[in-house]
Amino acid sequence: MSAADALTLREIRIALPGRVLIASLSLAVAPGAVVTVMGASGCGKSSLLAYVGGFLAPPFVAGGEVRIGALRLDERPPHARGAGILFQDDLLFPHLSVAGNLMFGLTAALRGRAPRRLAVEQALAEAGLGGFGERDPASLSGGQRARVALLRTLLSRPRVLLLDEPFGKLDVALREDFRRFVFDHARSLGLPTLLVTHDAADARAAGGPVVHLDAPAGAA
Amino acid sequence: MAPGSRAWAAAPAATLAVFLLPVVAGTVGTLLPALNHLPALGALGWSLDPWRTLAAQPGLARSVQLSLQIGLLATALSLAIATSWVAWAGERRASRWLAGLVAPLIATPHVALAIGLAFVIAPSGWLVRAVSPALTGWSRPPTDLVTVRDPWGAAMVLGLILKEVPYLLLMLGSALHQVPHRALLRSGVALGYRPATAWFKLVYPSVHAQLRLPVYAVLAFSMSSVDVGLILAPGNPPPLAVLAARWFADYDLQRYFPAAAAAVLQGLLVLGALVAWRLGEAVAAVLGRRWCERGRRAGVPVPASRAGAGLGAACLVLGTSAWTAMALWSVARTWRYAQVLPDAWGLATWAEQGPRVAATVATTASLALASATLALALCIACLEAEVRRRHVPSARVLWLLYVPLLVPQIAFLYGFQVVLVRLGWDGHWGAVTWAHLVFVLPYVFLSMADPWRALDPRYARTAAALGVTPWGVLWRLRLPMLLKPLAVAFATGCAVSVGLYLPTLFAGAGRVATLTTEAVTLASGADRRIMGVYTFLQSALPLAAYALALALPALRWRHRRDMA
Repeated sequence: MSAADALTLREIRIALPGRVLIASLSLAVAPGAVVTVMGASGCGKSSLLAYVGGFLAPPFVAGGEVRIGALRLDERPPHARGAGILFQDDLLFPHLSVAGNLMFGLTAALRGRAPRRLAVEQALAEAGLGGFGERDPASLSGGQRARVALLRTLLSRPRVLLLDEPFGKLDVALREDFRRFVFDHARSLGLPTLLVTHDAADARAAGGPVVHLDAPAGAA
Repeated sequence: MAPGSRAWAAAPAATLAVFLLPVVAGTVGTLLPALNHLPALGALGWSLDPWRTLAAQPGLARSVQLSLQIGLLATALSLAIATSWVAWAGERRASRWLAGLVAPLIATPHVALAIGLAFVIAPSGWLVRAVSPALTGWSRPPTDLVTVRDPWGAAMVLGLILKEVPYLLLMLGSALHQVPHRALLRSGVALGYRPATAWFKLVYPSVHAQLRLPVYAVLAFSMSSVDVGLILAPGNPPPLAVLAARWFADYDLQRYFPAAAAAVLQGLLVLGALVAWRLGEAVAAVLGRRWCERGRRAGVPVPASRAGAGLGAACLVLGTSAWTAMALWSVARTWRYAQVLPDAWGLATWAEQGPRVAATVATTASLALASATLALALCIACLEAEVRRRHVPSARVLWLLYVPLLVPQIAFLYGFQVVLVRLGWDGHWGAVTWAHLVFVLPYVFLSMADPWRALDPRYARTAAALGVTPWGVLWRLRLPMLLKPLAVAFATGCAVSVGLYLPTLFAGAGRVATLTTEAVTLASGADRRIMGVYTFLQSALPLAAYALALALPALRWRHRRDMA
């Protein structure tokens, strides 16, 4: 299972009334690679991810091309883009069990209750969470919740992985661990990954190119 | 512990007593005559005779069936329509102006909407006029068409939905405030779910618990509403609650006994329906979880979600047009069939009805102001007691607030009247105010409790550190800072009071006339122009209260941006 298509952004422009956040940004992320976008809060880096995912709402005005291989994502509704996104909060669904959360994420292409359960249990076991399926998400530690959130996204077989400061809320010891967990998975699945952060350590751990959004690009 | 905290402990107890005593005493007072015990009428023998008389009533089974059918259908449809509307409307801009129709519909009493709807859907009504005779060829109103008071209760279901959908929309709105619904929706969509599907699979489960009690209140009301039933439900046989009310109003006092039995039966019926609904919820929860785990990205088919949303929009538009039609009637001189608008306009009806209406408005307004003021004072005392005693009651107490909304009115108001007669208070303005308070208080409390509890406690601590006494904190900080939610809660109380029918009728012993009791009386065949005057005022009064509630704080704090 490999996405094997690069993510390309061409001439992305994001503005608020009276203020241009991103004048023109173009970049490419190869399958399995991580590009880090850095900048102070308010520079438009989260808006960039929201634009790629299709969630950017007024008063933001945005344009530019988002493609996976030959596929134009920006012309599709958010739910049809295959843009898996991880936020700072894990947003596990509180009414479903851990396995329920993963089965919710798991692509519907895999049919039947038993095979779906099996797929979820395997994913949990590989992530060192074997036997956690029936647990209430609220009973998990922060690090465990973060891993479940990533698994949920990966099981939906996204075309691209968007990371919106997903390490920010974890304490330092866990952060290191979870970063490796995320980047290893993204690499082995060949997912082009776009990471947004203000923490230079995240960028170093990602190992890929870094784009700074501060100052010149933002001035209109 | 702070001095005087004992006295504060009495506030919640006194409040509960004031508004639950009538319910408890009233239920007992209905139960006794249902067992043939009513000393005032010389009946002292315990027996099941009232039940035998009730059982022998022809059409009783049909009355019971109508009550269940109307209640369950109206509740299920209202919930389905309200949720579909929110799932679809979400952030759409097109839905904004329709959302603006919700607030006036909330303020409009059931009776006013029911009377308006009766005109809109009548064979000679607005809908038929809009397409006649051009499309239908009906140059006269069709006589064989039964659209109001139809034997299936469909008109009543529709009338209830028009009022309950806006109410559930309001409740959904405040429940959504307390959950990260945007983030839930976004993470569902990011996993490839269509927005409406993601809403039902992720957002609805997170607000279901908060919506539970309001939905139960809708179910209890829809099953047992007498006022809407008198206007829109079939008359022979009528729904059970209407049957009981009819017997209670009979000149033959012996009718009281089977009436009490019918009222108790209505109570049991509602209890049974609530239990059944709860079990249904449990089953739905299991099926819902399976549904989520199957992972289908288009679980709610697009046409179904559009249809639900369309019905939501239709409800808001129909409710508004029901109200508008009656307002037009009040200024119509003549409005013949097939004319979509009145042929001749004029204020004659207003001039003619003026003096009588003025007295009724005065009574209605005085009851509303008195019951809302008392409710506000009691709620402030309860919430201030929470602060002083540093103790917030558990969520279970919320159930007590809902008691008057879950017990059918007919099941305790007659018994309450018996108690009032004993005390020699029946028919007095004060007794009616008390009866209104029973229903006004829960809504006032629900409306103001969240903003009160959400006020940052550090304001009070800062003030205390500056040497301000607890009373000073209440008067100089808490009440002014909460002026807007308190004013809105007060207006909500007024709106509830204006719409009350059965409590006014029973506690007032038929001698206290409000806009709502008059409107129900007029609905059975009076001049539509006069009905128009009454229904217009019925909604105008609560709307004026809401308008003031929003305008006064805005005026008071016009130079304080953070108080907006």
